[in-house]
Amino acid sequence: MTRRRIAWVLWAAVLTSSLAAVKSLNDSAAAATRHDAAAAMRFGFALRESARARGVEFVHQAPTFDAQLAHIMPQVASMGASVAVADFDRDGRDDFYVTNSGEDSLNCLYRNKGDGTFEDVAQAMGVAALNRVDDSHGDAARTFMVRGSGVSMGAVWGDYDNDGYDDLFVYKYGQPELFHNEHGQSFTRVTERAGLPRWSNANSATWFDYDRDGFLDLFLAGYWPDDVDLWHLMTTRIMPESFEYANNGGRKYLLHNRGDGTFEDKTEALGITSHRWTLAVIAADFFGSGYPDLFLANDYGVPELYANRRGTRFEEVGRTVGISMSPKSGMNAAVGDVFNDGRLAIYKTNISEPGVLVQGNDLWVPKRDAGERAMEYENLASSLGVDLGGWSWGAQFGDFNNDGTQDLYLVNGYVSAGERSSYWYDFAEIAVGHSTIIGDAKNWPAMRGRSLSGFQRKRVWVNDGAGRFTEVAQVVGTRDTFDGRAVALADLDNRGALDAIVANQKGPLLIYTNTVTPGGHWIQFLLEGSGKRGGSNRGAIGARVEVQWQGRRQVQQVTAASGFSAQNQRRLHYGLGAADRVDRVVIRWPSGRTQTINDPSADTLHRIQEPDAR
Amino acid sequence: MPADVPVLAPAGRAGSAERTRRGALALDNRFLPPILITCILLTAHLSFGILESYQRTALAIGTAILAELVMGRLTYGTWPHLASAYITGISVGILVRSPFFWPYALCSLISIASKYVLRFNGRHLWNPSNFGLSAVLFLAPETVSHLSVQWGNVVAPMVIIWLLGFAITWRVGRLHISLTYIASFLLLSLVRSEITGTPWPATVAPITGPMYQLFVFFMTTDPRTTVSNARWQCVVVVLVAVVEMILRLNEVIYAPFYALFLVGPTALLIDTWRRSQSTPNV
Repeated sequence: MTRRRIAWVLWAAVLTSSLAAVKSLNDSAAAATRHDAAAAMRFGFALRESARARGVEFVHQAPTFDAQLAHIMPQVASMGASVAVADFDRDGRDDFYVTNSGEDSLNCLYRNKGDGTFEDVAQAMGVAALNRVDDSHGDAARTFMVRGSGVSMGAVWGDYDNDGYDDLFVYKYGQPELFHNEHGQSFTRVTERAGLPRWSNANSATWFDYDRDGFLDLFLAGYWPDDVDLWHLMTTRIMPESFEYANNGGRKYLLHNRGDGTFEDKTEALGITSHRWTLAVIAADFFGSGYPDLFLANDYGVPELYANRRGTRFEEVGRTVGISMSPKSGMNAAVGDVFNDGRLAIYKTNISEPGVLVQGNDLWVPKRDAGERAMEYENLASSLGVDLGGWSWGAQFGDFNNDGTQDLYLVNGYVSAGERSSYWYDFAEIAVGHSTIIGDAKNWPAMRGRSLSGFQRKRVWVNDGAGRFTEVAQVVGTRDTFDGRAVALADLDNRGALDAIVANQKGPLLIYTNTVTPGGHWIQFLLEGSGKRGGSNRGAIGARVEVQWQGRRQVQQVTAASGFSAQNQRRLHYGLGAADRVDRVVIRWPSGRTQTINDPSADTLHRIQEPDAR
Repeated sequence: MPADVPVLAPAGRAGSAERTRRGALALDNRFLPPILITCILLTAHLSFGILESYQRTALAIGTAILAELVMGRLTYGTWPHLASAYITGISVGILVRSPFFWPYALCSLISIASKYVLRFNGRHLWNPSNFGLSAVLFLAPETVSHLSVQWGNVVAPMVIIWLLGFAITWRVGRLHISLTYIASFLLLSLVRSEITGTPWPATVAPITGPMYQLFVFFMTTDPRTTVSNARWQCVVVVLVAVVEMILRLNEVIYAPFYALFLVGPTALLIDTWRRSQSTPNV
């Protein structure tokens, strides 16, 4: 009996200690997402919201779909705020394009005036009025389809004809649009001539040269199925068939650039058959083959990684490399060299709502020593402290304090409505339902003005370079609680500092101007491909640049789309810390050519042109 | 969810002679639930990849088995049967959702420890995994959630799991508990729909998910933590459904776990006390 009593006391202590440990570990994990005032002092940068002061007073409007969706309208019409950066007029200063989504609302193209302010030139340039739902463009072949051309969801810049000026592609819940840039003076709509799809309910797209022929190809990823007319529903069975295993989303388009201004659909021929609900895509060379691969962050399911087999086909390898094991709600795709060792990590955002659903964001990092054919990823988001970001949307890597490591900026928040009422219980109840239930919009409980992960604090994680990120958003100045969707990074004033442009759903566009503590050096590269067959595309999208300094190195790739509905500046920005010189820069151009630059000067933007083939 | 195995007469010490007669190949009822839950796990994961990761599930199972071995040996001086611990571990591995590793280990440890600590008249009061899961869900809302999605969208696997579950609970004499709970849930989901104005398909949706399959077949039927009389077992499980409804009307996400957490031990305490009163002292 004594033995049992002693054992009971011992196990009671174990039980009590375990319960206390659960509470303590939970609190410490949550605390890691809160600001660290003491730590912020040494991080060396501050963000100040300055949109209005810069002349930007854009407020996003959401669309209004079929009345059969009225009870859940805030969540089905919850996207469309986007931002895409480009120097469209080649004046050396980055401009940006933002989409609107309300019927008859206007998109804006903010031209950088060079004095810290911007002016909207979208209407003058002919790229403003893209959101129409009316009778004027009825399509006899698709009489069920919404009249008009739908509303904008995002945009991505790319110089598809290699004339040196970035052209504009706008993806929509509707007819995607392509505008040719007329030397920065105006835009010409070339949608029909280019041979783009007549309709796609898409939330992501990117430019990349998958076959290295020197011309940018276009990847467009559908979210809702193409045959869904959100304004005139034929049925309410339009919702995902599962919260985490849905395969009834929109089709994808891989449009090959023929080089003459037209595109051909090569999607199925190249092996891309996904019908998942894609929300973000990024093209980068993940396997070191020299050809850009595709990573798709999918809502309601696992992500997909399409390995590019020398431009002849794509092979979905997500499960093989370990990133497609756990289905979540993917909403972002960004890449960064978080350890400064040349490995490109993929950051995919998901949902974390305390007390309900803790998916955690994913930071997929290639395992060290993995060969090209044996690539395997491990999720280090928890280890590095970048996993809990609320209902996370767009995120970008960038060195905000020029200390030589890549930090991370994340926006979040789904539906901010009633401050004291939550839709989460109803959402969680329907989300677990079988496809016959969850797939029908009429079964979804009414939102009735309630919030769903609304009013959330944003995250700015500073990378200490030693395997840990610290959250400093509140301290460095990011204090808004709008429903963030897209964030793009750009050095808007050519100061050697990365600013953040944030597009909020049904909210104002924000510009966080970055002030970096003096002492941190930097270097930037703006690459220009030859634009000839056999060379690289003019925008050098797909180029890989490794900067080596004082025994350190960092790799970045030039991408078109990055994050969620966003595009960063084309130039690559590297912080150098206290180092005022760089040893070497190694550029691998999209064409496959390699170029080495020794001892480039710091604190300078270097414009590099692709050398001729030798 | 459950960590204890439904046991019929052939199992345990009383059934040892019969087992001997049947021979070494006779199937011990204690192995049925582990076999079922393993089949569910393997089918679901190989088909749909339902696990957070192999490592996390292995950690949960390993912790549960190790804790059972240590606690059982040191408490009773004999090596315990590990079927119960295995079910606890695998249930934790399936039901806990977290990007961290520690919840899997601690949930298993808490579950097993509760069996040895929270006892009355020689019986543990809580279904172990119900206790462990409820504890971590309540104490760690920022980092832990529970399984809350479908495993794919194919009807056939779901039907097979239901049928297998019914067959096994029938074999171990617990089918009436499962059926009573299901009937109660369906009926009360109608009541909730009427009260809240939520479409009935939405209020009934949870029971179409795998979490409820585990809850119905493993947690509510745990023989060690259910009352002794079959009729009262039905009454208790109806009460579980009623408390769950009340919690759901108050928008408590983890309502079924908390309902069983509250009702199960209370019923067991009353049952144990009542039986002790009716048993003449020797």
